[in-house]
Amino acid sequence: MAELRFAHAINRALADALTEDPNVIVFGEDVAGPGGPFGVTRGLLEKFGPDRIRDTPISEAAIAGAAVGAAMGGLKPVVEIMFMDFLTLAMDALVNQAAKARFMFGGQFSVPMVVCTPHGGGVGAGPQHSQCLEAWVAHVPGLKVVCPATLPDAYGLLRAAINDPDPVIYVENKSLYAKKGELADKPAIVEIGKANVVRAGKDVTLVTYGAMLFRVLKAAEELAQEGIEVEVIDLRSIQPWDEAAILTSISKTHRLVICHEAVEAFGVGAEIVAHMVDIGFDEFDAPPVRVAAPFMPPPYAPSLEDEFVPNPERIKAAVRRVLA
Amino acid sequence: MPQATASAKDSNLGRDDAIALYTVMQTIRQAELRLGTLFADGEVPGFIHLSVGQEAVPAGVTAALEPIDTVASNHRGHGHAIAKGLDLDRFVMEIMGKDGGYCRGRGGSMHVADAKIGMLGANGIVGAGLPIALGSALAHQVKKTGAVAVVFFGDGALAEGAMHETFNLAALWKLPLVMVCENNGWAEFSPTAREFVAKLGDLAHAFRIPASLIDGNDVMAVYNATRKHVAAARAGEGPQFIECKTQRVRGHFEGDQQKYRDPADIAAATKDDPMHKIEKDLADMQVSAAEIEKVKTDVAARVEKAITAGRNEPLPKFAEAFGDVYTPTARH
Ligand SMILES: Cc1ncc(C[n+]2csc(CCOP(=O)(O)OP(=O)(O)O)c2C)c(N)n1
Ligand SMILES: [Mg+2]
Repeated sequence: MAELRFAHAINRALADALTEDPNVIVFGEDVAGPGGPFGVTRGLLEKFGPDRIRDTPISEAAIAGAAVGAAMGGLKPVVEIMFMDFLTLAMDALVNQAAKARFMFGGQFSVPMVVCTPHGGGVGAGPQHSQCLEAWVAHVPGLKVVCPATLPDAYGLLRAAINDPDPVIYVENKSLYAKKGELADKPAIVEIGKANVVRAGKDVTLVTYGAMLFRVLKAAEELAQEGIEVEVIDLRSIQPWDEAAILTSISKTHRLVICHEAVEAFGVGAEIVAHMVDIGFDEFDAPPVRVAAPFMPPPYAPSLEDEFVPNPERIKAAVRRVLA
Repeated sequence: MPQATASAKDSNLGRDDAIALYTVMQTIRQAELRLGTLFADGEVPGFIHLSVGQEAVPAGVTAALEPIDTVASNHRGHGHAIAKGLDLDRFVMEIMGKDGGYCRGRGGSMHVADAKIGMLGANGIVGAGLPIALGSALAHQVKKTGAVAVVFFGDGALAEGAMHETFNLAALWKLPLVMVCENNGWAEFSPTAREFVAKLGDLAHAFRIPASLIDGNDVMAVYNATRKHVAAARAGEGPQFIECKTQRVRGHFEGDQQKYRDPADIAAATKDDPMHKIEKDLADMQVSAAEIEKVKTDVAARVEKAITAGRNEPLPKFAEAFGDVYTPTARH
C-alpha cells in the first residue's frame, strides 16, 4: 500500500498494461517526451521506448482514427485526447468507425482501443476546456464509458478498459489528478459496469460518478448531522451502468437523487431516472431528482463557474426535496 | 488604441507610423507582462498564453489592414486583439472575469472578441480559426464588402485536418483570406521539427496558394509582406499564406516550468527580441531615446489604468449569463 496521487494510479495502470502485453501502445499530443500535459504518462517513453510511446502532432482526427485502425490490426492502442472538449475533432473515428466496426462487419473485427480524456471544470478554463461530454459517447451503441473517482478505480478501470475487446472512453476529471489516496501494491482490476456503494444509508439513494463523488459525500455527511441517512453510489461505469445496484438501493430507500457535473438536459441522469422509473416504479415514494449543471456552456469567471458546477448546498437541497 | 494610420499603407513607413507600430508592440508586451503577474497573484483565473517575443506579427499585420477587415485568432491571441484595436480596459476586464469585459467574463483570455471592429475571437480550439476566417472571407466575397479576412494561428495548428480543408476551399473559391502562421518553433511542449517533415510554406504551395516566409521579428518586414498579400487577396486573387518566423519567449502557458526545453533555446528566444529591431529602426529615423521612453511610460500608464478599471469592475451576474444562451426572441 502506498500513498500516491490519482495521476500516478493512471500511470501505474498504463505501465502495468504495457509490461504485460506487448500489443499495448500509447500515443497522443505531448504524451511521450513531455510526459503528458497533466504528467499522467511521465516516464513511459523511457521505460517502453519510442516505438510504443509516441507523441503526435495536433491531429485529433488522426489520433482517434489511427487507434481504430491499429486496433483492427491487432494492437491495443491507448490514445489521449488532451481535453474532452476536443473529442469533437475525433468524433467520426469514435462514433462511425470504432463503435460500429464489430457490428457492421458482421463480427469480423474487434476494436480494443481506449481513449483517455479529461473532463470537468472548476479551474477557470472556460467554455472550451471544461465540458463534461460523456453523455454524447454513452449514447452511441458500441462504445463503453467509464469515469473513476478514486485511485483504486482509476487503476482498475483503466486495466479493464485496456483488456476490453471493445472501444472504451476513459474519462478523467482534471480536478482529481492531484488528489492523494492509497493504492495497493498489486491493485485489482475493476469490472466495467459495476457500481460501488461508498456510503450506506436508509433514507435516500444518491447516485454520482467522477469528481462529484466528493461533493456528494460532503453533502451526505452534513445531512447525517440532521439525521438524514444518504446511501451514496459511485457509478464508476456510465455505459454499461449498474442498474441492479441502484435497484437494490432504492428498494431500501425508495428515493433517488442523481448528481453529475455534466449539463442536466439529455444527460446520464436523465437516462438513469427514466430507466429506474421503468423497472422500479413501485419502489418510488417520490419523483427522482437530478442535480447537474444548468443548460449553458461552462463560463470562465470563477464567480459564474461556482454557480455552474453542482455544490454540496444544491445536492442537500435536492435530497431534502425528495424527502419532502 | 494607436494604430498605424492610412499613410502607413506606403511601404516606406514614416516616422509617426513607425512610432505607432512601436506603441502597439509595447502595449502588447506590457499588457501581457502585467497579465502574467496578475495571473501569478491569482487575479487572473484559468490559464493564459502570452505572446511575448511575437509582438511584431500582430502589429505589422494589422497595420496593413483596413478597419473593415476581419480577424480570427487563437489561444495566444492577446496581441491580435490589442493590435486590432480593442479597448484595453474592457480587454483586461474580460481576462479578469469581470462583467464589463468584452465577453462579460464568460470567455476569458482564450475567447476575447469584439464584433464591432471585426475581431472574431480568440479560440481555445487549435486550428478552429482557419475555417471561421474562411467563412468570414466567404461573407466578404458574397456581400462584396471589399474586405479581407485574416487568421492568425501557430505552426502546430497546421497539423489539424482543418488546415487541409480550409486551404483547399479557399483556393477553389478564390476567397479573400490571408492566413498568418506565427511559427514560434513550439507547439506546446514539442518543437516544430517534431511536428512536420514538410516546410510549412510548401503546404500552401500544394494548394497553389502564394506563400511568403518572413522574419516575424522585423515589424517592417511583416508589414510589407502583409501589405502585398492583402492587396492580392483584396484584388480577387484568392487566399494568401504568410509564415512569420518568430519565437516563444515564455512557457506554453504561464506557470509552465519548461522542463522539456533547453535553457539555451530560452536564452536565444529572449535575445531575438523584436523590440530591438524596431528600436534600432526608430533610432535610424531620428526618433530620440526620450521619445521612445515616453512611448513606454505612456503605455505603462494606460496598462495600469486598465488594471485599475478591471479591479473596480463588478463581477458578472449568473442569471444574466444563464439567460443569454440563446438570442432572446419575442416568444421567450
Ligand atoms: C484541438 C486542440 N487540440 C489541442 C489543444 C491543446 N493545445 C493548445 S495550444 C497547443 C499548441 C499549439 O501550438 P501552435 O499552434 O504552434 O501555437 P503556439 O501555442 O505555439 O502559439 C495545443 C496542443 C487545443 N487547444 N485544441
Ligand atoms: Mg507554435
